[in-house]
Amino acid sequence: MSRHGLTTAVLMTVFASPSFAAGLSGAVKIDGSSTVYSITEAVAEEFRPVEKDIRVTIGAAGTGAGFKKFCSGEIDVAGGSRPIKSDEIEKCKASKVELIELPVALDGLTVVVNPKNTFVKSLSFEQLKRIWEPDSKVKTWKDVDASWPDQPIKLFGPSSEHGTFDYFTEVVVGKAKSSRNDYSAASDTNTLVSGVAGEPNALGYFGYGYFEEAKSKLRAVPISKDGKTAALLPSSSVIENGSYPLSRLLFITVNKAAAQKPEVDRFVEFYLQNAGKVSKSVGYTALPSAKLEQSKAKYKARKVGAWQESAH
Amino acid sequence: MSEIDLTQGSTGLSNQVINRAPDLQGQFLSGSTLWRPRRGRRKFFGVLFLLLTLLATLIGVAALIVLLESVISQGWSRLSWDFINNFPSRIASRAGIKAALVGSVYLTGLVAVIAIPVGVGAAVYLEEFAADTRWRRIIDINIANLAGVPSIVYGMLGLMLFVRICAFGHSLLAGACTMSLLILPVIIVTSREALKTVPQGVRLAALGLGATKWQTVRAHVLPTALPGILTGVILSLSRAVGETAPLLMIGALSYMAFVPESPMDDFTVLPIQIFNWSSRPQDEFRVAAAAGILVLMGILLTVNSCAIVMRMRYQRKMQW
Repeated sequence: MSRHGLTTAVLMTVFASPSFAAGLSGAVKIDGSSTVYSITEAVAEEFRPVEKDIRVTIGAAGTGAGFKKFCSGEIDVAGGSRPIKSDEIEKCKASKVELIELPVALDGLTVVVNPKNTFVKSLSFEQLKRIWEPDSKVKTWKDVDASWPDQPIKLFGPSSEHGTFDYFTEVVVGKAKSSRNDYSAASDTNTLVSGVAGEPNALGYFGYGYFEEAKSKLRAVPISKDGKTAALLPSSSVIENGSYPLSRLLFITVNKAAAQKPEVDRFVEFYLQNAGKVSKSVGYTALPSAKLEQSKAKYKARKVGAWQESAH
Repeated sequence: MSEIDLTQGSTGLSNQVINRAPDLQGQFLSGSTLWRPRRGRRKFFGVLFLLLTLLATLIGVAALIVLLESVISQGWSRLSWDFINNFPSRIASRAGIKAALVGSVYLTGLVAVIAIPVGVGAAVYLEEFAADTRWRRIIDINIANLAGVPSIVYGMLGLMLFVRICAFGHSLLAGACTMSLLILPVIIVTSREALKTVPQGVRLAALGLGATKWQTVRAHVLPTALPGILTGVILSLSRAVGETAPLLMIGALSYMAFVPESPMDDFTVLPIQIFNWSSRPQDEFRVAAAAGILVLMGILLTVNSCAIVMRMRYQRKMQW
């Protein structure tokens, strides 16, 4: 307990006078989700003047690939745009890697259409499921809602290596990775943005950060979970208070053994301290403070396990 | 042997020509089935072919111009010393390519050190020393096929072999070894073609004067083939500079705020940095990506011009 008090004290001193470096050195190796990458990169950038001798390296191999490296002990911290899966937890157990999964920010998935499309006023999970489920019968807008025009829907979505794809299929279709295949899949989200912007009959989904940068070219569709409650447009306030149905947590997962190393510990502490401020600056939403405190407490207690399992 | 065949085969034709010769001097044979000059038609096809080849050339040039134009107009204003000398940043205007640029230069250097001796060595062995056995032919076919294997497959191979088995980790060395494997087949094939163009007389003359096989190769065959070998080597190295997929596979980084100092250090390269920026939501990062592309193209053009200069110098020296 006193050790962490000390760390915080040191951190505060360092913040007050950046020239006074505590002089830790070593390396912190991070890989995983390309979504979380931009937050981690921002944290690392802030961290550098504070601890200039700690070498932070970040890869963006994707959530799944990141956990693979994490469980084989190659990296200290993995970024995840979805919670760690049970088979990944098993793999870590098999190689005796103890993991601490911590939420650091929020992201809202945005369902978008072309601005020329004015008839789609809202979509429910049930409708989204009918559109996106495997072997979907939906070919035209009319198939979704009888009052909509009889024109073919052009679907755009992230390719299957994305955590965004895993999350959307899990929440909307009900099973991760189960989606129809006849849509334009892209590994680069900007391709989806320009795809939907250029096709009047397009429907696509991706992270809120991308929508915010391309607001003029796209229209977000208000989403209602059951079709009865009021449909909500994504915004940082509804994402933060959890009422937007397609909001998701973004995680970092820390190797418990690696957290023994002072340089890794220092970085993770710094990450949790600055996650809120930094995630806003790169287009994501800060965790509500209560949740952030839970995350910090979980790390402080070195409570092993996925986020869902731990009591908080 | 072949000369005899040729004369025999053409006897009929030469007889005809001889038979026709008086006619040509005499009256014009308008009704003849053999003599149809069809000059209009032949000229038309000549011009058509010229235009098609010209078009083929222009398509390549036009694509390059369009690419250059869009990249320069987007990225030129972003180029500055700060851009070269800064590390990546979440703020697009502060982001730079230092780590990626140094990584690319180190990687290319290491690849050259590994791939050139091995590639040219293999080519010399196969072309100058190896007997024409079934084994050699099997190796030949394999090397030619390897040149067509998709680069991501080399990435998987590199991950298994260099990152895991050799335990190089996600280091520059692992990256350089993987890239070397990727370009080796091309170096071997082009070097062999260059060696094949050396006239047989050069070898025979050297051997005839009592030179050993090694002396012949070192003092005569290799220098003569050097311009061609250099072209192949430089083109392959350019490919290694621009390739991303295998490096992503073996775990090259996207962010590092230091410069790699030894072959065992982690690394990132320009194409990865460019890819990362171009997939960001903010437009300013796409400008940074365009500036990164300009730097990458600058490097490639410099390397290629070096190759051309070196080739011309060697070609001038070698006069037969």
